[in-house]
Amino acid sequence: MTMSEGDLAVTELHFVRGEMVAQQPPPASMRGPMAWVRENLLSTPFNIVMTILIALLFIWAVPEVVKFLFVDAVWTGADRDACREVVQHREIGACWPFVWERLPYFTYGSYPIPERWRVDVFFLLLAVGIGWLLWLNAPRRDLGAGYFFVVLPIASFILLHGFPLIGLPVVDTNLWGGVLVTIVVSAVGIVFSLPIGIVLALGRRSNMPAVKLFSVIFIEFVRGVPLITVLFMASVMLPLFVPEELSPDKLLRALVGIAMFAAAYMAEVVRAGLQAIPKGQFEGAMAVGLSYWQMMRLIVLPQALKITIPNIVNTYIGLFKDTTLVFIVGIFDLLKTIEVARIDPKWATPVTSTTGYAVAAIFYLIFCYGMSRYARATEARLAKAEKR
Amino acid sequence: MKRIAILLALAGIFVSQGASAQTLKTVKDRGILNCGSNGTLAGFGLPDAQGKWTGLDVDVCRAVAAAIFNDATKVKFVALTAKDRFTALQSGEVDLLVRNTTWTSSRDTSLGLNFTGVDYYDGQGFLVRKSLKVNSALELGEASVCVQQGTTTELNLADYFRAHNMKLKTVTFATANEAVKAYDAGRCDSYTSDASALYGERLRLANSNDHIVLPEIISKEPLGPAVRHGDDQWFDIVKWVLFAMINAEEAGVTSKNVDEMLKSTNPDVKRLLGTEGSYGEQLGLTKDWAVRIVKLVGNYGEVFDRNVGMGSPLKIERGLNKLWNKGGLQYAPPVR
Repeated sequence: MTMSEGDLAVTELHFVRGEMVAQQPPPASMRGPMAWVRENLLSTPFNIVMTILIALLFIWAVPEVVKFLFVDAVWTGADRDACREVVQHREIGACWPFVWERLPYFTYGSYPIPERWRVDVFFLLLAVGIGWLLWLNAPRRDLGAGYFFVVLPIASFILLHGFPLIGLPVVDTNLWGGVLVTIVVSAVGIVFSLPIGIVLALGRRSNMPAVKLFSVIFIEFVRGVPLITVLFMASVMLPLFVPEELSPDKLLRALVGIAMFAAAYMAEVVRAGLQAIPKGQFEGAMAVGLSYWQMMRLIVLPQALKITIPNIVNTYIGLFKDTTLVFIVGIFDLLKTIEVARIDPKWATPVTSTTGYAVAAIFYLIFCYGMSRYARATEARLAKAEKR
Repeated sequence: MKRIAILLALAGIFVSQGASAQTLKTVKDRGILNCGSNGTLAGFGLPDAQGKWTGLDVDVCRAVAAAIFNDATKVKFVALTAKDRFTALQSGEVDLLVRNTTWTSSRDTSLGLNFTGVDYYDGQGFLVRKSLKVNSALELGEASVCVQQGTTTELNLADYFRAHNMKLKTVTFATANEAVKAYDAGRCDSYTSDASALYGERLRLANSNDHIVLPEIISKEPLGPAVRHGDDQWFDIVKWVLFAMINAEEAGVTSKNVDEMLKSTNPDVKRLLGTEGSYGEQLGLTKDWAVRIVKLVGNYGEVFDRNVGMGSPLKIERGLNKLWNKGGLQYAPPVR
């Protein structure tokens, strides 16, 4: 009886769940921001120390920067009195009216005012070209490449330098300045350095002794001399050897110097990529009967360039910042125009220099960070193949 | 080694060719004057918010262009650093150099330059706090002085203190900017540099009215335009453009009254403005060369006032740069 009762009880207790139990959240200690903090910031003693140090650094630096740039900043004013503590009787941060007044100068330099629309059109054309090339879903990207590498350089030259036949007076390059110079120099450097760099890298790995020797000498010579020396030589020594009429334009000298420099560094970056490609890829390509250029274009370079993207972008960012060296040949790039403006007695205050340099920092940060973000996205896109 | 020597010799030939050429003709054919200047010194050469160059040195360049072309805008300003300014002039990259350059014997001789005059008598001075209650540099005996290192300023400072048996405490900095910042922060009692620069730096201090520039000038820094050796006509032109500006101030000819002055019966004014004689033609210019200068740029006093004097934020006293008959050193030989 009891047995059967027990049996019955067992069978009655026997239970098959019809529906799923509602999912329980993980224990409180394993979720939420606290768990994230514990996991990521405070997991080991070393981690704890680092977290505290970095937090202190932030607490020390960020409020000061925010205070200077925004809280204490002066937003409007006519001259230096607006940004002087003794006049305003308060603590003074960044002097923005100085920047507003000098903004056209930072953008165009001494470019003649009636002709500045040409620079605006150039900026617009360049933005269209960059957008067309970099936005992956843009229509007709093949046309975009033609536009960027053929139409844009010619149109920019006609616009910026001038073409009296169609009514655009010539604007001498010594009047160019500010963002215009920074953008022109870095665009030329970026556009020319990669193709020249690839050719040099292939040349350095070539079996043809003459080509190889030339590439090695070029790369090693250029890398062995500081850019500043080359620019200085070009601006000071060249006019001594060539009569004035034949000596090339100063900006052109700087452009050639910077493009050659970037190309030499780029060549080494690309060579690293080429060396990382397994020999089997080359042999396979040759085995199916591809010519040297087909092999490079279809098999080797796409892989080599893909793995060198971080280094290519690194070189580009370095190049972008190196463009400030053109001030040596008397051309006022963005940084130099800021340095000039901060000397202007009209705005001479203790905060003027700092404000000017903050503008330069923000400008370079936006551009360099933009380049680096785009490169990260490209890397992620190309790396999908490997993840599968 | 031999090849380098040959190369340099060739370069020498080019250079001497460049120098012996007729600069005036070259400039006229080119249609624009190439002028080497300083793009980064307030009051002497600095682009303004519109990108237009302004300054005392810059206006001397404009005056030369005005005399040649009757158009003060036909100047291409080449920004030069202290290091490459002389090479730029020697190589013919610029036709004249007006870049707050001190006239010294070695520059005038071995560098192959000719200084055409002095457009600003500068000298090393001291900036001190008013609260220090010092009225003369001779009272700086126990004071510490901020100075940019590796400059002639630093050497002049040591010489001056030694000559007057004063104890010197210098605090040196790599750049002028750092030295000024340190002075403003109270690291030293005084800051020393060229007096013309002191007025500009003073404006950048937290409370500029609490600081004064002491009257003592402890070094001679005559700043002036320079041309290459070997072209006497060009040397004469640049020299007399500056003289014309000084003479115009002395004769009371300004950019405003120059047209009325053309009717003047004063023989000095008549000769200067070309209503009598042919002094402009003798220079290789036109009869009205000085009229063009004064009308388009101004006389010396106007140019001084507009760029560094009371009409500018720098508010530098005329001091040594007053006319000779007002107690200064600015003196121009007569036009006759």
